[in-house]
Amino acid sequence: MNESFVSPIEPTTTEARSAVVEFRNVTVSFDGPPVLRDISFSVGPRETRILLGPAGVGKSVLLKATDGLVCPDSGSIFLFGEDIASMKERRLFAMRARTGMVFQEGALFDSLSVRDNVAYQLIQERVPDDEIDRRVKEALLFVGLEQTFSLFPGSLSGGMRRRVAIARALIRNPELLLYDSPTGGLDPVTSTTIIELIVKQRDFYKTPSIMVTHRLQDAFTMVTHRFDTETGGMVPLPEGETDPNTTFLMLNEGALIFDGTIDELVACDDPFVKEFLD
Amino acid sequence: MPFEKIDRTAKELVYTVQDYFLFSWRAVLNLFSRPIYWADMILQSDIIGVGSATIVIFAGFFTGGVLAVQSAATLAAFGATAVTGRFVAMSMIRELGAVLTGIMVSGRNASSMASELGSMVVTEQIDAMRALGVDPMRKLVTPRIFACITMLFFLTIVSDFCGILGGAAVTVFMNHQNGTQYFSMAYEYLQFPDILQGLVKPLLFGFLIASIGCFYGMRTTGGTQGVGRSTIQAVVWASVMIIFSDLLVSIVMVSIFNR
Repeated sequence: MNESFVSPIEPTTTEARSAVVEFRNVTVSFDGPPVLRDISFSVGPRETRILLGPAGVGKSVLLKATDGLVCPDSGSIFLFGEDIASMKERRLFAMRARTGMVFQEGALFDSLSVRDNVAYQLIQERVPDDEIDRRVKEALLFVGLEQTFSLFPGSLSGGMRRRVAIARALIRNPELLLYDSPTGGLDPVTSTTIIELIVKQRDFYKTPSIMVTHRLQDAFTMVTHRFDTETGGMVPLPEGETDPNTTFLMLNEGALIFDGTIDELVACDDPFVKEFLD
Repeated sequence: MPFEKIDRTAKELVYTVQDYFLFSWRAVLNLFSRPIYWADMILQSDIIGVGSATIVIFAGFFTGGVLAVQSAATLAAFGATAVTGRFVAMSMIRELGAVLTGIMVSGRNASSMASELGSMVVTEQIDAMRALGVDPMRKLVTPRIFACITMLFFLTIVSDFCGILGGAAVTVFMNHQNGTQYFSMAYEYLQFPDILQGLVKPLLFGFLIASIGCFYGMRTTGGTQGVGRSTIQAVVWASVMIIFSDLLVSIVMVSIFNR
């Protein structure tokens, strides 16, 4: 894997002080009872939040709300310091261009080649073709899929699609990454490859992120491993150590029932958290 | 209980109509502000215009032929077979060219728009597009509406032309009448209001086909089954609205030009 993709982003002093994402008492509903109820949390610079919870509790809705794809009924969502809850769609497009989102099934455009999928934003911005090709190749090299440059999504496996989706999310060096169940439905080996990419992005580029998952194994791998630039792979942290910038959120029935570190999660008395961990 | 159901259905209908008007308004407004995706407009024009040309040519030709066969039999009773050309030309240009082309294009393109956009919705491609900072209304809907209006206009002219040719073929080769007489009768009685009526309709029909197709596609829910449902609704409503708006335009045009 190539580390020369982009230089690591160093947050400025002002950015370091403020949260990249902040939810304040957010409630979301669609023609019925609320899907999210009174949600409040924040994501700091360089911080990775792992959002846990069983299927259907509103994890993906929360992630979409973070990117302004879903409008809350009440409360405020601050993205890069600006309240996007009441922001017009036209302004939201500019805000979203600063984030990278990996969807559950990849959400690649079927009719476009891998090159055009990864370069989608760059093509819209009319970046010269030579530069597009160079940046796409670098992004694909980062996810280990440089050979898929001219293929179409239909000829890729599920794991490859997710990795192309990650390359698409990373190509413009986003200031925030949102992963929606990036390992859902994948075999353990492919899941580990995806988690390794996410850990690499976290440790090498220090991009703040929110990762939705219902797989505890992935969450624990992320918090107990680091990316080693010398070996170019993921290595376990020393016994008893965890990544201080990776913390947990847990949703149940639309409510945020946990917000804290791995140690606090393991020690949590909440019956649902205990049952989930068991 | 029945009242509740009627109430709910009526409200849903009103909401749908309201959503459709807002959707169409946004799509049209996008034509007057940047970015405008010209490449997508040309691509869609090719798909809708060139792609539908064959079926429109055949449909127009055969319809003209049928009109000639049926009218000649009736007109013969009055000794007026000489006006077959006038009958076919007027029917094709004022009504059938536009309506049949609209329905053919609706069956082919409203369905493809609804299923294509619907599939994109259920596979989160529309959300992905928004997340990548691109407005799907501008990128997907506005080019389709623009292309459909433009192409239906030209396809209707092609259909009219083929219909008159089809009528001529039947008149000359089956009814053994004079071809020159057929064409002179077809041309002589045509007036500006007839052509205007025939060319205003495809503009409206083109808008209805694309806006209804895209509207149902973009509001698809319920996975692949939902895509099928959206496709059916798009074709049914586009066809019904074509015929309904044809009636309205005909009433208005006839009352204005008294013809």
